[in-house]
Amino acid sequence: MDLNETPEMAAFRAEVRAFLAAHAGDYAAGAAKDVLAWQRKLLAAGYAGRTIPREYGGYGAEPDILKSRIIAEEFIAAGAPRGMAGQGVSMLVPTLLDVGSEEQKRRWIGPTLRGEIIWCQGYSEPGAGSDLANLQTKAVEDGNDFIISGSKIWTSTAHAAQMMFALIRTEPKAAKHEGISYVLIPMDTPGIEVRPLKTMTGGAEFNEVFFTDVRVAQDQVVGGRGRGWFVANTTLKHERGMLGDPNATEARLSALIALMQSETVDGQRVIDNPVFRDRLMQLQGRVLAMKFNGLRLLTSQLTQEPAGLAGLIVKLQGCELNHQLAALAIDALGELGILYHDGPHLRAKGRWQWNYMFDLGLIIGGGTAQIQKNIIAERGLGLPREPKPAAA
Amino acid sequence: MDFALTQDQRLMQESLARTLAQACPLDRVRRFAGDLSDTAGDVWQAVADFGLAGVVVPEEHGGLGLSLLEAALASEALGAAAAPVTFLGAVLAPLALLRGGSAAQQAEWLPKLASGEVTAAAAISEAVAGARDGAGVAAAGGKLSGKALFVPGGLAAGLLIVADTAGGLHLVRGDAPGLTRTPMPGLDETRRLAELSFQATPAEPLSGGPELLAALRDAGWVLLAADSLGAAQAMLDKAVVYAKERRQFGRVIGSFQAVKHLCAEMAAELEPCRSLVWYAAYAFEAAPAEASLMAAHAKALTSEVGRFVARTATEVHGGIGITDLLGLHFWFKRLGLNRQLLGGPERVREIAARLQGLPAMEVGG
Repeated sequence: MDLNETPEMAAFRAEVRAFLAAHAGDYAAGAAKDVLAWQRKLLAAGYAGRTIPREYGGYGAEPDILKSRIIAEEFIAAGAPRGMAGQGVSMLVPTLLDVGSEEQKRRWIGPTLRGEIIWCQGYSEPGAGSDLANLQTKAVEDGNDFIISGSKIWTSTAHAAQMMFALIRTEPKAAKHEGISYVLIPMDTPGIEVRPLKTMTGGAEFNEVFFTDVRVAQDQVVGGRGRGWFVANTTLKHERGMLGDPNATEARLSALIALMQSETVDGQRVIDNPVFRDRLMQLQGRVLAMKFNGLRLLTSQLTQEPAGLAGLIVKLQGCELNHQLAALAIDALGELGILYHDGPHLRAKGRWQWNYMFDLGLIIGGGTAQIQKNIIAERGLGLPREPKPAAA
Repeated sequence: MDFALTQDQRLMQESLARTLAQACPLDRVRRFAGDLSDTAGDVWQAVADFGLAGVVVPEEHGGLGLSLLEAALASEALGAAAAPVTFLGAVLAPLALLRGGSAAQQAEWLPKLASGEVTAAAAISEAVAGARDGAGVAAAGGKLSGKALFVPGGLAAGLLIVADTAGGLHLVRGDAPGLTRTPMPGLDETRRLAELSFQATPAEPLSGGPELLAALRDAGWVLLAADSLGAAQAMLDKAVVYAKERRQFGRVIGSFQAVKHLCAEMAAELEPCRSLVWYAAYAFEAAPAEASLMAAHAKALTSEVGRFVARTATEVHGGIGITDLLGLHFWFKRLGLNRQLLGGPERVREIAARLQGLPAMEVGG
């Protein structure tokens, strides 16, 4: 344990602060339209793509948990967005770094980091949710190409994406897990149709994607034919990290504290109500525990020691905690918590309500809470798998 | 620059676990629980031989000169073993002497504490958790009068650190006149509590006032949190072992999701506590500005998670879980004491809120 701030680190913190102060206007409300410019600025300064090698378009810094923490803390304190954190940056890029070919790394990582290519993930299908390896979208060989047909569901940002990383059954004769490939598919290929999927939030954060005789070059496979299940498991590990990101949870806690300090009922601040205050403190303790669990994970990545349970629990605990923070915010709003659409009394543009509903989707997505518990019990505690049911 | 235990700290954990497995198997715990005349002097000797009696005592006074983090790791191991050792005084008394004692007091007491020849206890419950049943100690003219409750290790301690009702701290010799000790029979059969009564008992004041009291409170919270972490981890481990062995309906019960998910939930709740306890212990010396808040949250969260794990691990064992024969109840009860002592989670969280200046006015309780 050594988190002491050396003069070097204090100087680094000052540097991050100075950057945020100088560029405060770039990310102020209303400036969101220039997300790409902000992303380029972050990349140039080393606050995005920080540890990704320069030859692939990153900043090329050595991993340093203290600097990562300082960046996270200062961005939260300034209320500044951390830059693009979509599935391309958070899931595809780490996967390519792990198992992509040199050509694939050079072609895709840089433009993805710069936000020039938006990615969507084509994993789940109507008949393959928790049982993902049961996926049926298939590719038939045709010369150097694959001809893909089938459908994907829960594909967020498919409407805006230029590319999809998808799991496709390319080896029909192989066993369930060994017949799958991880394929990169341009979304403007003829035969792809994207249909928005409206959810309980009122928005359409997900899509269905239909493939009818979609032609893709075979060299778009990452990690080798029939290796898609193993490549995908690498990606899912990154997704579990993204969905339970403790920095995002900490930022939400700060917003909740501010809400409870500013909202009043009969002239009394919500924070002065001991019942609400205790609920807030319960969640703060959990947020802190996940924050330090996150630092422990970063350290284990750095020293390349297995993270064990500390890593396996992040998606389950982080998503649940985010949901509970939104729930407390709604309760703290009281009757104001009913409001959702534009109107004179609406708070935070209905964001807490939206989060409460959307986060339930995140508890289910990326491996349901129940699947997470299986993973924790089987991989973390060594409990036996559910026996296969006898053939009916 | 990292968030992990050092190689030395890990070696200490492994070696201490082996020492305690030898010195303090379940049978030894059971004997202590069933015999009030048994003071578990052999277990204390093993702990003292390991150096834990002086874990935070500086080397020049014969101790190991380590930090609260190592003390917390020791506390965790004692919790895991349900060891009949009251460790709080062994850390809090040296801290009180180091931060609030004179050179003479340090020279007199620290070597004896470090060798384990004298044990110490801290009577700070009224000042931290609030006074019950009219307890409280008044200090006047170098003498103490009144009562202090819930003093772990207070029955036999040769040195007492006592908080008065004005937030001051005092050193009282175990043989001081006017000091009476009465057992407070408790739920936890692995650590005994004392009610101390003072009648014009001579005492030496320690300097430091409310700041010293806050430091002892924080260290106490961290040690109890670490003990809960160890005890809860031991219960979870036992539940997992049992779930892999016990067969019903032709399968081990750990292959049923109903049971498997209980184990996963315990692990998911407990694992983040480990990082919080480490950080709270580390912050005690390395990050004083946030040490109290972290100690409070570590105490409150391990209390909540400890209760959840205690009931759930017992449940995974089925009927055998509640029997005396299995002995799981020693850890169940140990977690119960850790939760209440020096303030239950509601009180500790209220202090956490005040430390951040969240409530508008001072609230009673």
